[in-house]
Amino acid sequence: MKIGVLALQGAFAEHVQMLKSLGVEAVEIRQRRDFVPDMRGVILPGGESTVMGMLLHKLGLFEPLRKALVAGLPAFGTCAGLILMAKESEDSPRRHLCVLDVTLRRHGFGRQINSFKTEGEFAGCGQIPLVFIRGPYITGVGAGVEVLASAKNRIVAVRQKNLLGTAFHPELTPDSRVHEYFLNMCSGAG
Amino acid sequence: MSEKYELNKNLAQMLKGGVIMDVSTPEQARIAEGAGACAVMALERIPADIRAAGGVSRMSDPKLIKEIQGAVSIPVMAKVRIGHFMEARILQAIEIDYIDESEVLSPTDEYHIDKREFAVPFVCGAKNLGEALRRIQEGASMIRTKGEAGTGDVVQAVRHMRQMMGEIRALTVKSKDELYDAAKQLAVPFALVEYVAENGRLPVVMFSAGGVATPADAALMMHLGAEGVFVGSGIFKSGDPQKRAAAIVQAVANYNDAKLLAEISENLGEAMVGINEHEIQVLMAERGI
Repeated sequence: MKIGVLALQGAFAEHVQMLKSLGVEAVEIRQRRDFVPDMRGVILPGGESTVMGMLLHKLGLFEPLRKALVAGLPAFGTCAGLILMAKESEDSPRRHLCVLDVTLRRHGFGRQINSFKTEGEFAGCGQIPLVFIRGPYITGVGAGVEVLASAKNRIVAVRQKNLLGTAFHPELTPDSRVHEYFLNMCSGAG
Repeated sequence: MSEKYELNKNLAQMLKGGVIMDVSTPEQARIAEGAGACAVMALERIPADIRAAGGVSRMSDPKLIKEIQGAVSIPVMAKVRIGHFMEARILQAIEIDYIDESEVLSPTDEYHIDKREFAVPFVCGAKNLGEALRRIQEGASMIRTKGEAGTGDVVQAVRHMRQMMGEIRALTVKSKDELYDAAKQLAVPFALVEYVAENGRLPVVMFSAGGVATPADAALMMHLGAEGVFVGSGIFKSGDPQKRAAAIVQAVANYNDAKLLAEISENLGEAMVGINEHEIQVLMAERGI
């Protein structure tokens, strides 16, 4: 199974590493030509959403990616990746792919001094480590959006059909259960 | 290592593949963010102007830094003088996202700041592996090779990156008994040397800084081993800052594609004039070793 990892900026290498450790082929997407049809899913990593948003447009990746997500390609966004997919942001006028029916606060948990690590229940997989780096949280979800995890009484992981979004960074921990959950979505098993 | 230190190293991981730009007004910060900066460095005077002005160079006015924090959503960094832990405490009090303990400002002390005492992260400059590992031992969660700030000449950035990567590669082929001696030569703890030898990299993210002025310069530094670049004077001392900034961001993201680099290098207007190596009066890189 081949999974694409958007590699324009941020912590994409950590996702590639995690996929490889699970025996999955990971392909870096740096340009339009890297985004090939035989991918079974795509990961939008953490980093800065403004940087990735700008580069998606400059490199002609924005529309092909948006269309693929609307058409049902499984996608997993972590932190900035979640922000790229979200329809609404309470604290910013910037919009990106607008495919995931959630409203969020981009820096809901505050600046770096407020970054934190905790544990929480994720989608019936048990307790997993939750690492938040200047992370967002979700303030509202549309119909058809399932809440998968919460932290500090805030929604921090959601799924809407083919789209999985987390405000935290599973790729920064050795725990692979969230990636395994996503790979099940990609193989049609979950 | 503490959980806080891990989280601080994690923020540097989020900056990878990005460009951190020096800005001296909220307006410049907005331009930088719009052009794709992954963070901004807030300072009253960019390094080229610090050079030109001479005199003692200090931490910027917290009011300016707060205005810049209010202007953008990306992380905001600011500089303190080497060893000036009170300036660092002040920046921590205004919740700065990253502190740069920087040779670009006038040094205050023979000792560097004990960065482990802080909750906010530090980036420090280094021109070789020993300097980098000593800063990491003191608690730095990110390293930038020094280069020579405010010159617009990439030669020293290249020299320091080559030195760093060469020393790292040399460690990876040493036997364990040789590593003990390497730790002694580098004047750093053995555990850090062992980490570098086993992993072929520093235990924290490493950017390049000091002299990058063009997309080609930025791509060059990425090829030599940088995980991202700082661009100081190179942007707002050039003819068309917005266009040049966006081009450098693209160059870092696609540093392997010379054809694309050719396209984005077109028509950028004038680059900063710069200072050649033999014309430099103050070598900032010699501060804080």
